Amino acid sequence: MRAARPFASLALSFLLLAIFVGVWQLSSLTPRGGEATVDPEYAALVGAAAATGGQTPFPSPLEVGARILEHLADPFYVRGTNDQGIGVQLAYSLGRVLAGYGIAALVAIPLGFVIGMSPLLYGALNPFIQVLRPISPLAWMPLALYTIKDSAVSSIFVIFICSVWPMLINTAFGVASVRREWLNVARTLECSTLRTAFRVILPAAAPTIMTGMRISIGIAWLVIVAAEMLVGGTGIGYFVWNQWNNLSLADIVTAILVIGLVGMVLDQLLAMATRAVSYQE
Amino acid sequence: MSGPFADPFDPKTALRRCSCGRHASQVEHDRALACDPVETGTEATETDVEALSARIVETAVAKAVFGTEARRRAFLSLVGKATAASVLAAFFPLDAAKEAFAQAPRTIEKRDLRIGFIPITCATPIIMAHPMGFYAKHGLNVEVIRTAGWAVIRDRALNREYDAAHMLSPMPLAITLGVGSNPIPWTMPAVENINGQAITLANKHRDRRDPKDWRGFRFAVPFDFSIHNYLLRYYVAEAGLDPDRDIQIRAVPPPEMVANLRADNIDGFLGPDPFNQRAVFDGVGFIHILTRELWDGHPCCAFAVSRAFITENPGTYHALLRAIIEATAYASNPANRREVAAAISAQNYLNQPVTVVEQVLTGTFADGLGRVQRVPNRIDFDPFPWHSMAIWILTQMKRWGQIRGDINYAQIAEQVFLATDAAQAMRELGLSPPERTTRTHVIMGKTFDPADPEGYLASFAIRRS
Repeated sequence: MRAARPFASLALSFLLLAIFVGVWQLSSLTPRGGEATVDPEYAALVGAAAATGGQTPFPSPLEVGARILEHLADPFYVRGTNDQGIGVQLAYSLGRVLAGYGIAALVAIPLGFVIGMSPLLYGALNPFIQVLRPISPLAWMPLALYTIKDSAVSSIFVIFICSVWPMLINTAFGVASVRREWLNVARTLECSTLRTAFRVILPAAAPTIMTGMRISIGIAWLVIVAAEMLVGGTGIGYFVWNQWNNLSLADIVTAILVIGLVGMVLDQLLAMATRAVSYQE
Repeated sequence: MSGPFADPFDPKTALRRCSCGRHASQVEHDRALACDPVETGTEATETDVEALSARIVETAVAKAVFGTEARRRAFLSLVGKATAASVLAAFFPLDAAKEAFAQAPRTIEKRDLRIGFIPITCATPIIMAHPMGFYAKHGLNVEVIRTAGWAVIRDRALNREYDAAHMLSPMPLAITLGVGSNPIPWTMPAVENINGQAITLANKHRDRRDPKDWRGFRFAVPFDFSIHNYLLRYYVAEAGLDPDRDIQIRAVPPPEMVANLRADNIDGFLGPDPFNQRAVFDGVGFIHILTRELWDGHPCCAFAVSRAFITENPGTYHALLRAIIEATAYASNPANRREVAAAISAQNYLNQPVTVVEQVLTGTFADGLGRVQRVPNRIDFDPFPWHSMAIWILTQMKRWGQIRGDINYAQIAEQVFLATDAAQAMRELGLSPPERTTRTHVIMGKTFDPADPEGYLASFAIRRS
């Protein structure tokens, strides 16, 4: 990829955005239904679109923009158990993701290390990993609720189970594919196993491990929204479910944008970490 | 004939299996379906106290009737103890006297409670008791928590994350029987709402109002164990359609019903309000028929607690029940409906436009066909859990194959639908509960007699068992 002309690509991005929003705005301006045919009492009881024989349309970009500003103006209010600001909900979701992801990292990286260093264990555990890995994390949810008997811990468990596999596999792969020459050099210098692991294998495998962690955080953020929609209570996924409950598409679009932005930030943080540990051979 | 001495030549008795086939023996089957409360130390003493107080009442009545001890003994030796008791009961409402004598405990063991609800107007008493202060009035600090769906509310209640929950009235029966979950003794001390549901169809079906023309339709109901499921099945079966073969019924959480109707994924739904009205409000569908036209006064949602909770916190339980019943009584008054609608529409509770909730609660509503209808009892609130309602639900669970084998309808109804507790709480609040716990119900013109559930079941042409 050539790094030239950042200004031009930025301008193109804005142009595309403007075209998209423009088309959206124009399409939401199309005439709705026909003339009002129902009596005023009936019209007062139904939505504006239903009164003219149509359906409530998709919100226009202006309506969505207004909702976004409203949410951002006061993101951290708490007005009761079921009515909290979008910032509070985001904090709940991030807390769950970090908890589940943190536990997954604590389990997956040491385990992956061991598996990567021992071909015997690799062969023995590989079938289990291959069977468990492709299971959609949400399929674990009923099982988790049944056994753990706590919905908050269950959603953390689901995050754990979805983010553990990429880290485990990448760690094992990274450790297993450290160049033979380097290990041989370490042996020639009579390094202990522990010293070899920390001074040779870990730095050599670090970029692969970080890639696994980056994949995992992406999956974890994808899954938390779905898990919270399922279990409810708090979190950005619950926010989406709740607004769906109210058929409020403007709020859902707001939440989608926020979810996307947060996901991007998480991904960029890990990308930076990956660059920090990468090396040139 | 059941138990270890069952007749081996009786065709109804399966040797070493029970009649439903899920238990090792008929004895075990009976025990599982008897759903006795969990035995604990405190409970044993409570039962003793109850028995004692009942005996005191009986003695007092006997003394009053016979006058002298000699005449009582003479009468007893003449006719026998059991006959004497039943003769007395015939002349004097012994049960009522015993109930009046038994006082609900007044100490509150647990003040901070969590109650889960689904954001629908059926939950009105449970929800409104929070903003309108009914819980606080009875000394409770309750947090009402909006929950995503019926399966989630069931699991959270079973996991004891909730102390009490808003459930569909068939759910406590299903949980107690272990249908769709582990068998755990569950109870339903109060009905939340009666009526208040509707069949909503997509706008394109405006001209297909006769259920006979519904072959191939896809319908949504909130849950498998819901009065909605049973009423929809009943309704189409009366029109000659087999609900399992001629139409498709899916369990869809209520909020997703309107979205699915709009996306043309379903042709209609028998669902709770406000979503019927919401479909009209958004111009997606029209209200085909209100469920009160199928069965006027049918139970819908319930206030449910586990038997273990009652055993462990009897004082809290009674205070909670009083709060719920008082809220229910307040909601049933048409003059209060607008106030209630305003209180529960907020984002913390239903999160719906006030107009929509108001139309549901006041019964003055747009039907989606261009008319304004006025049906004041579109939804109503009556807490009394009639045993006959439970028996009807059990007949339908059996009719559609959700439960198999012989069941003791009356016993299960009595153990899950706590009519005595509801009646007591109603009396304490100055309301007048019905004298009996069963009555006949009329569903689509056909009378249901709770004394003969099997005969009722056999009278249907379309059924699974």
